[in-house]
Amino acid sequence: MMIINNKEITDDLFQPAELEKGSEDISRPTITYWQEVWKRFRKNKAAFTGLILISIILVLAIFGPYANEHGYDEQNLARANLPPKIPVLEQFSWLGLDGTDIQGVDRYKENGITEYFWFGTDNLGRDLWTRVWEGTRISLYIAFLAAIIDLIIGVAYGGISAYYGGKVDNIMQRIVEILVGIPNLIVIILLILVLQPGIVSITLAMVITGWVGMARIVRGQILKLKEQEFVLASKTLGSKDRRLIWKHLIPNTMGPIIITTMFTIPTAIFTEAFLSFIGLGLQPPTASLGTLINDGYKLLRIYPHMLVFPSIIISLIMISFNLIGDGLRDALDPKMRK
Amino acid sequence: MDKILDVKNLQVSFDTYAGEVKAVRGVSFHLNKGETLAIVGESGSGKSVTSKSLMKLIPNPPGRITGGEIIFEGKNLVNYTEKQMQKIRGSDISMIFQDPMTSLNPTMTVGKQIMESIIKHQKLPKKQAKEKAIELLEMVGIINAHKRLTAYPHQFSGGMRQRVVIAMAISCNPKVLIADEPTTALDVTIQAQILELLKNLQKKMGTSIIFITHDLGVVANIADRVAVMYAGKIVEIGKVDEIFYNPQHPYTWGLLGAMPNLNEDAEELITIPGSPPNLLNPPIGDAFANRNKYAMKIDYQIEPPMFKVSDTHYAATWLLHEKSPKVLPPDALKKHRQVHSKERKKERLSKKRVKREKLLEIKNLKQYFSSGSNVVKAVDGISFEIFKGETFGLVGESGCGKSTTGRTIIRLYHATEGEVLYNNVNIHDKKSSSESQKLNQKIQMIFQDPYSSLNPRQTVADIIAEGMDIHGLAAGKKERLEKVYELLETVGLNREHANRYPHEFSGGQRQRIGIARALAVEPEFIIADEPISALDVSIQAQVVNLMKKLQKEKGLTYLFIAHDLSMVKYISDRIGVMYKGRIVELAESEELYQNPLHPYTRSLLSAIPLPDPETEKTRKRVKFDEKFVWNGNGEEPVLREVKEGHWVSCTEQEFHDYKKHFDAI
Repeated sequence: MMIINNKEITDDLFQPAELEKGSEDISRPTITYWQEVWKRFRKNKAAFTGLILISIILVLAIFGPYANEHGYDEQNLARANLPPKIPVLEQFSWLGLDGTDIQGVDRYKENGITEYFWFGTDNLGRDLWTRVWEGTRISLYIAFLAAIIDLIIGVAYGGISAYYGGKVDNIMQRIVEILVGIPNLIVIILLILVLQPGIVSITLAMVITGWVGMARIVRGQILKLKEQEFVLASKTLGSKDRRLIWKHLIPNTMGPIIITTMFTIPTAIFTEAFLSFIGLGLQPPTASLGTLINDGYKLLRIYPHMLVFPSIIISLIMISFNLIGDGLRDALDPKMRK
Repeated sequence: MDKILDVKNLQVSFDTYAGEVKAVRGVSFHLNKGETLAIVGESGSGKSVTSKSLMKLIPNPPGRITGGEIIFEGKNLVNYTEKQMQKIRGSDISMIFQDPMTSLNPTMTVGKQIMESIIKHQKLPKKQAKEKAIELLEMVGIINAHKRLTAYPHQFSGGMRQRVVIAMAISCNPKVLIADEPTTALDVTIQAQILELLKNLQKKMGTSIIFITHDLGVVANIADRVAVMYAGKIVEIGKVDEIFYNPQHPYTWGLLGAMPNLNEDAEELITIPGSPPNLLNPPIGDAFANRNKYAMKIDYQIEPPMFKVSDTHYAATWLLHEKSPKVLPPDALKKHRQVHSKERKKERLSKKRVKREKLLEIKNLKQYFSSGSNVVKAVDGISFEIFKGETFGLVGESGCGKSTTGRTIIRLYHATEGEVLYNNVNIHDKKSSSESQKLNQKIQMIFQDPYSSLNPRQTVADIIAEGMDIHGLAAGKKERLEKVYELLETVGLNREHANRYPHEFSGGQRQRIGIARALAVEPEFIIADEPISALDVSIQAQVVNLMKKLQKEKGLTYLFIAHDLSMVKYISDRIGVMYKGRIVELAESEELYQNPLHPYTRSLLSAIPLPDPETEKTRKRVKFDEKFVWNGNGEEPVLREVKEGHWVSCTEQEFHDYKKHFDAI
């Protein structure tokens, strides 16, 4: 008797076997596309953390300024340059949240102030907590503005340019090249000559130039997709332009679109901060994270808290958006389905 | 005979996110001096990985050799370091890759690339290396070698580039030459030339060749011995005659049966149901069991060992065990050996021709593409007609304009000139949108690449139902889904598949989805643009059988565009041969294969490798001379009917010669 792998070879093993059904038949529960997207997104821990962080920051930006009775432009030199002091946390002196400055002097006791300033105050005695969240509002406004401009103007411009091609494409791309040729800073400076420096001119400057990168990426993608056979197949079925663009071209460009958007958001926030930092952005008393950092940096050696809080917030916003973008791209891609 | 290479129980794995993929699971074979061993198998069977591991070219990570030995001249290459391997690569063992377009460096002249390895391995001075390079180029049949030495790869055609790649591979007189699908990317006529070249070189230099391919015709042509691979294992190995005339493994039966035979019109091709197993968790027992009609219980429990059939012939199937019931290979396999009597041929030729209704008529169709001052005449004045219910095959080599013809007919391009009459209405005329919608519904297309022809972001249900949505063929969601289910079942898939995305399917399944999409709008006429050229042999047979079945059931008319002549012959009623934007010959398929008249058709037919080693050994290739192509001088050849239903592009003089030829018969 022949024995292989410790298994006896018996006669009945040579009976014809029923054909086993292949793995082709395994069915899966029906869930919609968006349910699936959400499921995949939740699985991505980094992206989910990013989402939670952004939500917290958003909530604080909306309600933070109302958490105490101080206004963002309420000056009081009697309480200038106070270090942060937070109830409960003040008991842990190593956290530096107990109201003592870098020399170890409790400024609250010295100035006879009984209130708590959670993030401290600035050199004019304005409450930094209120100002930081006011500033975050501005930064987030800029962020969403940048995203919307990218999505609306950028995607549409790039899409139209690539889809119709030929002369249309040629002219549209020359316009883009001209826009790219002019440095952003110059556009903004020119705008500021006409308008007052402030949120309006920053917004306008971004509307004029901010979408160019997105337009180019979308154009490249659609040029590539246009020749794919599934687009041709849809054409032979009799699809109209609108169907082709919305059902076939745009969904397949989703990955690059999301990535680009998520990268423009931090860039836009940083641009605003940078403009405010060099004095072309928002004007006092309006606060943005950029202006706060600018103010804090001047007193960095003596009152580090003025720089630390806005810097942490701006870093968190940027990191979170990047993480979300990454997770969103994967979540929206059905190929990641297992 | 001396063994030059001995592979023992080779195992290769790839580490992926999902786990360890065992691509090669214990492969053993040897290579004798001066012989050609062909490794055949479907994509994913591990044949390429095996060959690359012989040179240790597996990217690491993720790939690694997990066990086994590769004995080359008494030394085990598995233990060699990268440095030691570099000395062997190119000088002792060298490789020819599949795609000649990417295996040459586009920024270096051809001469430099050839000289590079000569200088490195043979330590020759530059001048001698150059002489050697010229010699090599002449050897591989490149004319004007010393001039071509300074040319860049883009100045060569595909076939010429593959010759250059071969010249590089043989530059150091390697003992073993590994050719990884070297002709897959080439046209048949070029393929025939390259195969001939390899055979001649082998004769001259005594090199041993490992030839990897999925085309059994090529195997029959070139191989001395054949190893059939499936799911990372060799399932059958033996001399070429043994494999073709006395196959033992049911997988080999399937592969051989899936190829249509040029000499026979079988009713249905043999298919291998299902698709290869996932090597992430290879099945217990015989990996082929669940696609095997003859599977026994033991196949699901114990892996079959190699059974000896003869001294040179081994196969891994339990069917060879003494206790197994005797199973004979399917009859259809024998067809490859049958020699037809003249009478039968005549009988088939004289099939009754029924008067049929014209469905599509193309008159002097021209399609030019211009980029700047450069005008490409993709289709240059072709005319033919397609009758209702027939399959019209359009063949030709890449770039001959056959795909463009298909796309112009379906109005993806605007015809430069000429008419396309569908039911006597010119479809390129301006039309109201409702009329053109109707046409879109009647004419449909199946595309070549199953990977790019389905939108990766849509579910199968949405893909199939797109046509119904556009034309409003389904009232309500429920009816739409019902119809999708019905279509899925028509093309042999399950209703559960409706909710999945294209990437979850194999190539053959995707192609079925593409067919279902075309059928969804209930068309009358389907243009199939190389629908099977991207698929494996066994899957090709599945798709072709499906198309034939659908034609019978729904009375469809096909325009079947392909470069694979044997498949076209099998499926088509009439065939048009295209060359450089023109039709050079048009006839009923049997007639065309029996009496090819145009020199181009003849060379094309003689270049198809047949899965029959005996005929392959004796066959003579007809070379096509470019001078037969009209170059603008003298009389323009036009399509003339030399016999009822047989049209050839010829001049007045040639026409009379052909006529005489037929009268003589």
